[in-house]
Amino acid sequence: MPILETIGLEKRFGGILAAQNVNLAVEKGARHALIGPNGAGKTTVINLLTGVLKPTAGRIMLEGRDITDAAPHQRVRLGMARTFQINQLFLDLTPLESIGLVVSERLGTGADWWRVVGSKSVVTDEIVEVVERFRLTDVMHERAATLPYGKQRLLEIALAFACRPRVLLLDEPAAGVPEAERHELLATIEALPAEVTVLLIEHDMDLVFSFADRISVLVNGTLFVDGAPEDVARDPRVKAVYLGEELDA
Amino acid sequence: MLTILFDGVAYGMLLFVLACGLSVTLGLMNFINLAHGSFAMAGGYCTVILVNRLGVPFVLGVPLAFLVTALLGGLFERTLYVHVYARSHLDQVLFTIGLVFMSVAAVDYTMGSSQRFVQIPDALQGQFDVFGVGMGKYRLLIIAVCGLLTIALQLILAKTRFGSRLRAAVDDQRVARGLGINVGAVFGITFAVGSGLAGLGGALGAEILGLDPTFPLRYMIYFLIVVTVGGTSSIVGPFLASILLGIADVAGKYYVPTLGAFVIYAIMIVVLIWRPQGLFARATAR
Amino acid sequence: MDTTTATASQTPVLAADVAAYLKRRGRWSPLEIAFWIFAFASIWLFPDKYLILKDTAILALFALSLDLILGYAGIISLGQAAFFGVAGYFSGLVAKYGIIDEPIIALVCSGLVAAAFGFVTSFLVLRGSDLTRLMVTLGVSLMLGEIANRYANITGGADGLQGVDIAPILGRWNFDLYGHNGYVYCLIVLFVCFVIARRIVYSPFGLSLRAVKGNALRAAAIGIPVKWRLVAIYTIAAGFAGIAGGLLTQTTAFCSLDVFSLDRSADLLLVLIIGGTGYLYGGLIGAVIYKFLQDWLATLTPQYWQFWIGLVLVVIVLVGRERVEGWIAAARGSLVRLGGRAWTRIRPRSAALGGAIDGS
Repeated sequence: MPILETIGLEKRFGGILAAQNVNLAVEKGARHALIGPNGAGKTTVINLLTGVLKPTAGRIMLEGRDITDAAPHQRVRLGMARTFQINQLFLDLTPLESIGLVVSERLGTGADWWRVVGSKSVVTDEIVEVVERFRLTDVMHERAATLPYGKQRLLEIALAFACRPRVLLLDEPAAGVPEAERHELLATIEALPAEVTVLLIEHDMDLVFSFADRISVLVNGTLFVDGAPEDVARDPRVKAVYLGEELDA
Repeated sequence: MLTILFDGVAYGMLLFVLACGLSVTLGLMNFINLAHGSFAMAGGYCTVILVNRLGVPFVLGVPLAFLVTALLGGLFERTLYVHVYARSHLDQVLFTIGLVFMSVAAVDYTMGSSQRFVQIPDALQGQFDVFGVGMGKYRLLIIAVCGLLTIALQLILAKTRFGSRLRAAVDDQRVARGLGINVGAVFGITFAVGSGLAGLGGALGAEILGLDPTFPLRYMIYFLIVVTVGGTSSIVGPFLASILLGIADVAGKYYVPTLGAFVIYAIMIVVLIWRPQGLFARATAR
Repeated sequence: MDTTTATASQTPVLAADVAAYLKRRGRWSPLEIAFWIFAFASIWLFPDKYLILKDTAILALFALSLDLILGYAGIISLGQAAFFGVAGYFSGLVAKYGIIDEPIIALVCSGLVAAAFGFVTSFLVLRGSDLTRLMVTLGVSLMLGEIANRYANITGGADGLQGVDIAPILGRWNFDLYGHNGYVYCLIVLFVCFVIARRIVYSPFGLSLRAVKGNALRAAAIGIPVKWRLVAIYTIAAGFAGIAGGLLTQTTAFCSLDVFSLDRSADLLLVLIIGGTGYLYGGLIGAVIYKFLQDWLATLTPQYWQFWIGLVLVVIVLVGRERVEGWIAAARGSLVRLGGRAWTRIRPRSAALGGAIDGS
């Protein structure tokens, strides 16, 4: 059974059909990429999956459980976290504080109002682990607003990772990251634990083909092609619609 | 009961003339001007001085109040308000509350704190008896004047070039600028006219609403209710909202005197819960 | 796990460091301790100014309540006066009719009543834009004023609540004419509430509020139930505002309609603007400055000081709140540095352990 599945997912904005009959199935432990030309509706699909948008039709199943009506924060509790295409950080908080926040929430101590932040060692131990994994140790006391873009992007992913999701949705993680900082970012994504299922939206074809073991192609809000990377790369329809356009341009 | 309806409509139309400037300002520049009531007060006192002290006829005194307040509004806009447009809503609120305090204290100092009345010409005193319904002559005048103004405003908005520029700027400021519309000038004129209308409303309404230095504080919430219930994307919305509120307020105070004014606050809260963008606004309004 | 052996051996040390750092932040800085020592010392230092000091303490608590929602959760409200007034009348009525005699118990109950009212109205505040929030909060305040006016047989209407007789605190300390006991009472209550607020702000809950204020979308995306956190802080803030209102009624044995007025909410905003939001002391410092400013202006122009308050508001906005906040932060910074140096001279050993001075 797929860990994440959409059944006939549809989203209508007035007269525009942003997503239509999307039947996406992500297997447990997969490295699944969602690609498609600009405006195909990839971010809409992620917003639907995470509850930021409500679908006009269709269901979303997480680990066999229907989460279509669950609020965004509830979906996180159920094991699904995401990153944003444009960094959505807590600009006034330091990486330490931001990650600490996520960990506290997850461990159920987020609503504690009588303790000082940091008085529980199980929380601080985990904060340190995440900070180190995402190579933020040297900047962990600096306000997020002052960090270089590459570090901000790492923090963006760190926040989602700290939720210890079983399904992690990455929305164009490499977007806007300068060449010099890409390597660090890509290495961190490669090193994500095998038991975390990853759904990746990306334009960077190098990353997609080196990382993904399954690719879905979204065009004009519908799933066009779905399969192993080699098959998708060879599919003439995909080449025509997407890869072909890139080569011509 | 019909008298109440009549009075309510008169009151509502007066509220509309008073509040429409605020509605357009908010819709146009997303600017919360809590000092709008001060311009209304200025118009009222202006008429008091002109008619009572200087002996200007009532018929002239009211339009003059419009002009004076419009000029005042334009002046304030160019010198003070223009610096605060880009600020946060909290800053705008603080700024305009500050202006309200200053205006209230200034008027208290210069004109005294007692309620002032405008000397209405004899022709407008008393009432007509139409089919057993008592219609105050003064209130009839208010309905007539405000009705004409509303029609005029609607015509200006719909039929003139300025009107279409204004509507474009309200719809999307950036695009309007991109089309070459001088949004700053549009706003300046609109603000001046809106303030002038407030002054006109204050002049006309002195009799009914009670004119004293605390006027801006007492009536600010009414204007804000009109704007939030009516929305900011058209003239029709605030118009209907004003009539609704006028009738509700008069009827409420008559039938349920212990909770009279409470009725309109309750309406406002219910409307805001149900439709936060206003009863008559488009769904896409800010 | 891709941590190399080098970092693996650093991790326990790093974890301990991080834990220590976080705990240090919650500690009271020397400047704070000095502030409160001075505040309590004022009982003996300024015996002829008890009445204005008492009013300042009440205003400070009131401003603290607004800071919690405005500075930490980002909710713009013109309606804290609603909770202030509800509790004010409640504490007056329970005293007048002998329902609750002991002032401390009555005060706690007033706070709870205000908090309950805050809880009920919080759902109104969560919907809509800034303007809607302003409207709704203001509307609720004014509406309560209307209700209090109409039910004049209970509330005394425009004349205010008469015949309120406050029993001595714990049966011993009477509210005397000179205001000594009243001031001590208010100061202690202020301190207790402040300590609670401080705990909240440095807790995980407080951190989540700052996250919600900074980026509500991301807060939801990391599992924070945004709506419930806002409801919680709004309720708590309402309770604090209520306690302030109760204090006013108890120390003056009187309550009138102006507790619900726009004036009171506007003055409150001004206090926070002067003092700064988001660091808890803004309300306290702002209240002190505001009260003494008001006192001074009232001697200049007894009837029209509202004009000068309005002028101050206009000027502050024109100059720019960020600039004013910047000046205040700079002043704080230099005070902190001065305090730090003084502290180092007094206690060199503890300073060497890495002075836990906030804001450095």
